Amino acid sequence: MSEFIFALLDNRFLQIALLAGLLASIGCGVMGTFVVVKRIAFMAGGIAHSVLGGMGAALYYHFDPLLGALFAAIVAALFIGTVRLQWKAQEDTLIGALWAIGMAIGILFIAKTPGYTTDLMSFLFGNILFVSPRELWLMASLDVVLVVTVAVFYRQFLAITFDEEFARLRGVPVAFFYLLLLCLVAITVVLLIQIVGLILVIALLTLPAAIAGHYMRELASMMIAATLLGSVFTTLGLGVSYQADLPAGPIMILCAGCVYIISAMLRHLLIGYRARRYAIRALRD
Amino acid sequence: MHINPAILIENVSFSYGESRVLEQINLRIASGEFIGLVGPNAGGKSTLLKLILGLLKPQVGRIEVLGQTPRQAAQRIGYVSQFPTFARDFPITVAQVVAMGRIGMNSSWRWQRTANQHAARLALAEVEAVDLAERHIGSLSGGQLQRVLLARALVGKPKILILDEPTANIDQRVEGDIFQLLATLNQHLTILLVSHDIAFISEYVSRVACLNRTLIYHDTDAVDDQIISQLYGGHIRRVTHRHVIHE
Repeated sequence: MSEFIFALLDNRFLQIALLAGLLASIGCGVMGTFVVVKRIAFMAGGIAHSVLGGMGAALYYHFDPLLGALFAAIVAALFIGTVRLQWKAQEDTLIGALWAIGMAIGILFIAKTPGYTTDLMSFLFGNILFVSPRELWLMASLDVVLVVTVAVFYRQFLAITFDEEFARLRGVPVAFFYLLLLCLVAITVVLLIQIVGLILVIALLTLPAAIAGHYMRELASMMIAATLLGSVFTTLGLGVSYQADLPAGPIMILCAGCVYIISAMLRHLLIGYRARRYAIRALRD
Repeated sequence: MHINPAILIENVSFSYGESRVLEQINLRIASGEFIGLVGPNAGGKSTLLKLILGLLKPQVGRIEVLGQTPRQAAQRIGYVSQFPTFARDFPITVAQVVAMGRIGMNSSWRWQRTANQHAARLALAEVEAVDLAERHIGSLSGGQLQRVLLARALVGKPKILILDEPTANIDQRVEGDIFQLLATLNQHLTILLVSHDIAFISEYVSRVACLNRTLIYHDTDAVDDQIISQLYGGHIRRVTHRHVIHE
């Protein structure tokens, strides 16, 4: 690992990659928490995969793929959100359809674009070392948008994620804030696709928040813990991949996945231990 | 002098598609009244509550709450639902849940947060649950959770309290405590309570509204076996019982 730390000091690619990982962690910590507590991982998956359509079209028409991704993600978020709010029935089938259609459109566009193979792989699995300084600035800007929006509307987001019916009764415009939340998830997906690609994006979006959820009793502290965990996983993944000459994205996800499984087992044992302790105490009393 | 009723329902009918759920409902609830709403499952109780709360709009007839439309009056209604509509593992403390009852009443700036926290403490004190403030919502028993949800309904200082089967998931001892609490709250609130236990609520409410698509209401003393049989259908007999409340 010391080799990685020394390399960080004078390797500009690695410095940018590290910063990109840290910036992505902010998005994954803040919005991943909402995705986990609201149980909308499948929706986030639908948004992530439909992004390929936007990326492919942008590439074909010579726009920035990141902007194409952002546009497609927000359109998909609004569409999925509206379907869920208005239609309700067959919501999962429609998300699945959008998921597949988005990918199919993307693959067709990429197939018609010369030199597509490398780009397709980096879209699907990400490559943190390909992040340019300009993309770094875009990621930082998106993080600012996320954090400021969540800070300003924290109570409304808390209300609609905790108890949608009660929020509606208190006069909170639930549909507006629900769609806004999905748009912020869409922005986060675009942030994370740079790092781990759209196949693995759901894992990085949900695993740090899910681990934090095992231990935190408040939403805000869950966000902070998830951000810190995300930073650890991206940095660790980058370091291990540099040492072992492996792709960074899968290493990050493996780290997060292993910690999640260990944490879930520990939590299960802890709950069992506490239940036994209470039962013994109740018998004594 | 004409005094507006707390809730006024005139000739309200409502259907889901082709299925008529409510037919020509008329109900006038006076300010300060404690009224029980009973009836069989699928008799339209929850739909009537949703109409009063402004979550649904009547297709025929009109509803006034405190002299306004239900949506306009929403901030002055406290509501406790039958089942918690949230995940019990959500990362949130009791104090935060209760403070959520003030959302829409003020902004989220820091000085307002302090006011919300203070109001949440007062509401928890009102339902004798202030010691639960820092507990995680998932760690509460059924009775504790019901008190917390009652505090969430009360924190916005409502004029009307609406409860949908508030004691459906708790044991009889706690049920008695909750009803005693409601009787105390009735000193300054109008209360509309949906319940399945017609005999038990008769001890507390001043009037019982019986709903099975149409609505008939009675003084509590007038609810007899014949009325219950008509309401629920079939041979149903009321068994009078008293709940023993342990100290």
